[in-house]
Amino acid sequence: MSEMKKIKNLKEFSTSADRFEGANLLCPGCAHSIIVREVLNATNDDLVLSASTGCLEVCTAVYPYTSWDASWIHIGFENGSTAVAGAEAMYKALKNKGRLKQPDRNPKFVSFAGDGASYDIGFQWISGCMERGHNMMHVVLDNEVYANTGGQRSSSTPIGASATTSPAGRVSYGEKRNKKDMVSIMASHHIPYSAQVSPNKWKDMVKKIQHGFAVDGPVFINAASPCTTEWKFDPKDTMTIADLATDSLVFPLYEIIDGRELNITYRPKNIVPVEDYLAAQGRFKHLFKDQYKYLIKEWQERIDDNWAYLQRREEARV
Amino acid sequence: MAKKGWDEFEIGAMLRSFDGSIDDIAGTPQMDRDYSENSSYTASVADWRLIKPIFNKDYCIDCQFCWVYCPDVSIIARDKKMIGIDMDHCKGCGICVEVCPTNPKSLLMFPEQADEEAEIASWPAKNEEK
Repeated sequence: MSEMKKIKNLKEFSTSADRFEGANLLCPGCAHSIIVREVLNATNDDLVLSASTGCLEVCTAVYPYTSWDASWIHIGFENGSTAVAGAEAMYKALKNKGRLKQPDRNPKFVSFAGDGASYDIGFQWISGCMERGHNMMHVVLDNEVYANTGGQRSSSTPIGASATTSPAGRVSYGEKRNKKDMVSIMASHHIPYSAQVSPNKWKDMVKKIQHGFAVDGPVFINAASPCTTEWKFDPKDTMTIADLATDSLVFPLYEIIDGRELNITYRPKNIVPVEDYLAAQGRFKHLFKDQYKYLIKEWQERIDDNWAYLQRREEARV
Repeated sequence: MAKKGWDEFEIGAMLRSFDGSIDDIAGTPQMDRDYSENSSYTASVADWRLIKPIFNKDYCIDCQFCWVYCPDVSIIARDKKMIGIDMDHCKGCGICVEVCPTNPKSLLMFPEQADEEAEIASWPAKNEEK
């Protein structure tokens, strides 16, 4: 059971038996469940899961229903990661004492949280889990907004996005601060593995998740999750938006090993202008008015700059 | 399941997804599992749909893009083949149609009341423009 599941191609992957159920209450076209399915299907081992408060938790555990076919817990907004860390610590202790009924089963410990519960509210808890070195994985479903409570800005919301607490209008272009670089922050804890993934690149994602399950120690995964409700696009376009995000390098896909070695795992053949990514979403539509057009240029410069930085860092191996 | 009143909820609730025990859940396909009435697998969100996907087997190449990108676990794949759509759990988002690579597409969206056999009989022809 503990050896890695072999997934060579999509046909092989499709023989997986899902442990996440439909008839959850996530919006039609929500990327959260796509990410969750890709993560859970990456392994055949038992799973111990948690979800912090957020869309995923609210929609998959509506009493009297649960959408999870594995041990799953929800406590509060901030402590989904510590709940799993506690379970992991208990598992380790029981194993050392020889009190496990099935010691050869190798459960995987995964906590899911939105960007609100990771970048803002649960930040300290996650930092603690990473620092204590639990053998767990934390997956952020990064939709860049508090979508569950009505679209308030989080520290993941990028410049220029219109959120309900930073609305765009006559005097403002929306969010004014740039997105927190969470992957680097977590890599600075010198954890064995941190990576950024996107659901549209399923193979890259599964590879990174399997690597994360294989290493011993805390793993941080930041997954881009296009939100049809708050990013304001048609539900059918979720994967198109995710493609635009990865191909325009707004969400570059890379991994950081041991907090030092950075590898870029996906280089788009044709880099799409950031303008296309912005134009596809309603939350950026005000940027195309004459008075705010300079922001699109700034966006492109910022993304180019970041891409150059990632490439320099990959080359320098530091 | 009978609905509970506002003061009848349990303070801390534990729900069991299965009635019996399953030893190897990762190797048990969904249709063989013994779901309890607490699993949302037994519920339906079919009434969310305004448009529904219809699957035309003739053009399908079993690439499984629809399976991996379906947010609602509604594409039924068995033995590396796509065999149909789970209409109880499909919310009609249309992602499967967008990611379908065949020409003409083997999945298309139709209004909820459309008749499956009639639509498959009048399936659009190959689009030569691309």
